[in-house]
Amino acid sequence: MRIVAALLALLLAFPALAVEPSEMLPDPALEARARVLSRELRCVVCQNQSIDDSAADVAHFMRVAVRERLAAGDSDKAVMDYMVVRYGDYVLMKPPFKARTLVLWLGAPLVLLVAGLALFMAARRPTVVPVAVPLDAAERQRLDKLLDR
Amino acid sequence: MIPELGHFALILAFAVAIVQGTLPLIGASRGDARLMALGRTAALTQAFLVILSFGALVQCYVTSDFSVANVVANSHSAKPLLYKITGTWGNHEGSMMLWTLILALFGAAVAIFGQNLPDTLRSRVLAIQALIGVGFLAFILFTSNPFLRLSPAPADGNGLNPVLQDPGLAFHPPMLYLGYVGFSVTYAFAIAALLEGRVDVAWARWVRPWTLAAWCFLTLGIALGSWWSYYILGWGGFWFWDPVENASLMPWLAGTALLHSAIVVEKRDALKSWTVLLAILAFSLSLLGTFLVRSGVLTSVHAFAQDPARGMFILGFLIVVTGGGLALYAWRAPKLTPGGLFQPISREGALILNNLLLCTLAATVLLGTLYPLFLDLVTGEKVSVGPPFFNATFVPICAPLFAALCVGPFLGWKRTELWPALARLRIAFFAAIVAAIVAGVFVDGRATLAAIAFGFGVWLIGGSASEFIIRARKGRLRTMPRSTVGMSISHAALGVVVLGAVATASWNTELIRTMKLGESAPFGDYRATLVKVEPLQGPNYTSERATIAITRDGQPFTTLTPERRMFTLQQRQVSETSIQTNLLRDLYATLGEGDVQQGWVVRLYLNPLAPWIWLGAAMCALGGFVSLSDRRLRVGAPKRKAATLQAAQVSHS
Repeated sequence: MRIVAALLALLLAFPALAVEPSEMLPDPALEARARVLSRELRCVVCQNQSIDDSAADVAHFMRVAVRERLAAGDSDKAVMDYMVVRYGDYVLMKPPFKARTLVLWLGAPLVLLVAGLALFMAARRPTVVPVAVPLDAAERQRLDKLLDR
Repeated sequence: MIPELGHFALILAFAVAIVQGTLPLIGASRGDARLMALGRTAALTQAFLVILSFGALVQCYVTSDFSVANVVANSHSAKPLLYKITGTWGNHEGSMMLWTLILALFGAAVAIFGQNLPDTLRSRVLAIQALIGVGFLAFILFTSNPFLRLSPAPADGNGLNPVLQDPGLAFHPPMLYLGYVGFSVTYAFAIAALLEGRVDVAWARWVRPWTLAAWCFLTLGIALGSWWSYYILGWGGFWFWDPVENASLMPWLAGTALLHSAIVVEKRDALKSWTVLLAILAFSLSLLGTFLVRSGVLTSVHAFAQDPARGMFILGFLIVVTGGGLALYAWRAPKLTPGGLFQPISREGALILNNLLLCTLAATVLLGTLYPLFLDLVTGEKVSVGPPFFNATFVPICAPLFAALCVGPFLGWKRTELWPALARLRIAFFAAIVAAIVAGVFVDGRATLAAIAFGFGVWLIGGSASEFIIRARKGRLRTMPRSTVGMSISHAALGVVVLGAVATASWNTELIRTMKLGESAPFGDYRATLVKVEPLQGPNYTSERATIAITRDGQPFTTLTPERRMFTLQQRQVSETSIQTNLLRDLYATLGEGDVQQGWVVRLYLNPLAPWIWLGAAMCALGGFVSLSDRRLRVGAPKRKAATLQAAQVSHS
């Protein structure tokens, strides 16, 4: 299944790999912040790759943009806001919590909640279970033997 | 002539599959022994024909028969033999052939090993298996024929994508498909049980080995894919939450849930209807994965619409299999009699919690994978769902799952006390707390969540070990069933995977810089020096290989030799990483662009515990195989008496 991912990646990938030394900031603290933010931002032309992983030209420009803002003294949030204004919500690897993404964010917890609640109710309710069709003596004997009882 | 033979064999297999998918079903409902006996013969014949056809395709690849369009598109005469063979399934048509081959082999395996199944159940299982085969054979014959000829034949082929010319990826698809397709047997058993209107202890016993085998292969397949992406993509990542990866993770999660719920059916005759539903879902998710990857819908919704034949076919098939299965379930499941009663605090209760959490995890992955497609289709709005989303939603649900995982095996069936179980886990608990504190204080003070996750890894290993040791101390080691041993191994293995993943992702050291010849730089406790960069000639590529000397305290430690390969035919560069491992950490190097004047871009990573991710996954599958070797599964389940069966049929039909 990864074959297709690889093919797709290759269509868009270039020989260079991700972050280039020339892009990196001299201040290690700022550079570390840039790397963290880069992992949260999507390369807009790639298949599900963050700009930190991508070797596409656009990703290079986006990485440089993030570092420019950080070097200019922006906070992490300000940088992310800046990128969203420029490229839209699409660049966020973690989509914002909005009406449009309500199902995405709450779907699974809701499944858990409803199923858990149903189980809890079922456990509280005294159950009347009809008598199961019992195995006959020969079946039981063979089963016991197999179950090492 | 060979391609035509392959094509004809495939058409014949299609015809045989139609017979196998219909007559035994009629035979089973009428009680006609002759029609039912047909199922076995047809399954073996179909397998023979599909093997023949697949063999013909492999033969075309091995001999580089460039009159076959598929070979031209995906092979080249200068390719090493191994990749000529594995190139057979490195493309759409070939991979569907592989899928069909494995499906037919599973069908034949049911025919051979299912001798002790009741006739009606066996013929129904074989028929359902054949109907799935009909779908895939039709898909190949009508939309993806690998045997199409080209005239005039070109002198040489276009070659295989260089990244696929790798041993890890050569065996990843067969493993993955053994898992995906293995769930078709479980699905067939579930549908057959619904048709019979009977799910009981014996049924669970029959289904279990098939589920277990499929699950083991799927585990190995996913691990191989992850390992491959770790060493080939060149930045040390091992899981990207890519839709293609998610496509394989969803059936794994559902399959894991199924494996556990089937135990409840087998031991306690409860959760029957739920287990049947899970069996249907596990295979549906396998098909969904195939649809997502094969239809091109992931690239974009629009790419799917441009060449809809293949996508529509699989989508239609997916709807028939899932919808048909669920409809039959809705109709027949209420007739399944509920079984044994139990209290919430019991082994059954723990296994239900396991199922609840695993299904929530599967739902999380499903939503995260499909929601962007869905939103794009409905509103045209684009949204990205990447690793940070899954870290925020998937990982928190793992916490209660892992916490409960160690407690479950200590609980007794039906009703039990929680405290004695917890008391037996006190050593594991303290070990986990200590590990988390050590990780949080000494390794990395800022990564609190990573430290907690690391503690969970230790908890899983400690808890599984405690369970095993307590059992062994009671002198039960020799009589301990293999399935229990397998469980301990797989549960502990999960802890090993967690430790590896957490350590690699959170505490790795990296060095990315441009280095000239002879230049050196500090790297963690080591020092890296670029000694030389030399050209090399491979069989179908030229390459540039760097020699990086790693020293520690001034003493030579090791040498890394990353390469950058240029595949002449495709004009593509592939970076060949160099990894030195001592099983506790990986030293990982890749070589980037550069020349003598400017120097080369060198990337070095120190990934602590990275090998544990794949060792753990392999151990997890090993646990499954140990469980599969259990005497009780080999001996097989009891044969139901014909009289009882007929009585059951009468009462349900």
